[in-house]
Amino acid sequence: MSNLFNVTVTVNGTRYERTVEPRLLLSDFLRHDLGLTGTHVGCEHGVCGACTVLFDGEPVRSCLMFAVQANGHEILTVEGLGTIDDLHPLQKTFQEAHAVQCGFCTPGFLMTLVPFLEGNPNPTEAEIREAISGNLCRCTGYQHIVDAVKLAAERMRT
Amino acid sequence: MKPAPFEYYAPTTVKEALAHLAEHGWDAKVLAGGQSLIPMMNFRLAQPSVLVDLNSIPELFYIRPDENGGLLVGAMTRQNQVEHSRLVAERAPLIQGAMPQLATPQIRSRGTFGGSIAHADPSAELVAASVVLDGRFRLRSHSGERWVPAEEFFVGMFTTLLEPEELLVEVALPSMPPRSGWSFLEVARRHHDFALVGVTAVVTLDERDRCQQARLVLFSVGDGPVLARGAAQVLIGQSPTPEAIRAAAETAATADIDPGSDIHASAEYRRHLAAVLSRRALTQAFERAMSNT
Repeated sequence: MSNLFNVTVTVNGTRYERTVEPRLLLSDFLRHDLGLTGTHVGCEHGVCGACTVLFDGEPVRSCLMFAVQANGHEILTVEGLGTIDDLHPLQKTFQEAHAVQCGFCTPGFLMTLVPFLEGNPNPTEAEIREAISGNLCRCTGYQHIVDAVKLAAERMRT
Repeated sequence: MKPAPFEYYAPTTVKEALAHLAEHGWDAKVLAGGQSLIPMMNFRLAQPSVLVDLNSIPELFYIRPDENGGLLVGAMTRQNQVEHSRLVAERAPLIQGAMPQLATPQIRSRGTFGGSIAHADPSAELVAASVVLDGRFRLRSHSGERWVPAEEFFVGMFTTLLEPEELLVEVALPSMPPRSGWSFLEVARRHHDFALVGVTAVVTLDERDRCQQARLVLFSVGDGPVLARGAAQVLIGQSPTPEAIRAAAETAATADIDPGSDIHASAEYRRHLAAVLSRRALTQAFERAMSNT
């Protein structure tokens, strides 16, 4: 039987303390232990991107980390991007540009795009497509996602 | 699926980590970036009973110049740090040519330079890059340390010369000689997929613009990286004409490698890709060498 470990982690600005098995994946920790189900689980081997969150500001696959590794660190999930009444510009443009159909891939895209636009506020279409190459969408065909990013980048620059 | 249970240690020094490895031997697996190991654990293809997590060991994260114009990279340095490092751009531009083809940016946020090398996937870019650059690896155990050349380190599929109680702690990459050029090419079905075939080259010209040295490494063509010695023989002492390059590429694809067939590609297709990529890589590397006078 494995030991249990204490994990103290700040998620979306709130500090949480939990006790977990070391094999608990960060994605499952966020969803089941913290009730933050915005982060989705698609493939559990790092290729689909649905589980992407920000870990100390960097986009990572939460399905490829253990919750115990988050001890002492800071995480941002899609729930921390905005609220219904105060959407992040990317959330607004995803809505306006029809970049959301089933919505399963969307949180992963958003968490990938937030740091991307911070580092590259005026991206070309090629750079956008490169940036989202680690996120799979089965519904939209990506074009509207690209449109949403262009629109958000434009608005965020002004 | 979810990983099987394991004992977990998160040491804060290399010494501590080595003590755990000495105690547990084959039962222990090292956790670096986890971008290769954790998928295997999620599938239960790997079920280590002990995990030694290196992510809390600050002394393993660094990129330093060495006194001969080369680089020293701590094994836990994140791939994205290496990708954007000015020092790497100056001293090992080939590595930065390889990086964008290594998985995706999110993987490179956690994945480590040494972890990819120690994992020794036959399609790993950093494995091939370390061989073509003639790098060396520093291995430490609780009882000592040793250096192993990259050329000798990879002995089979996912198999290296690392003993169970040893840790790869540092990668040393020499600078390329003057009048050198490099290239790094791979073909994959989708942008971030594992390579079907990859080729990387470092070539050096002598004072008469003939090939003085040629290192050509092919990857994803078998159990590990293949240093194409036959192809090099064709080129050394010759002027790097299109004909010579074509002959070298043919030698690489027909004589230096022996790829198998699998669900991703047939042996025939791999040989075809190897020939085309070798030709392109050598052409590009020699062009770069010419302009580096």
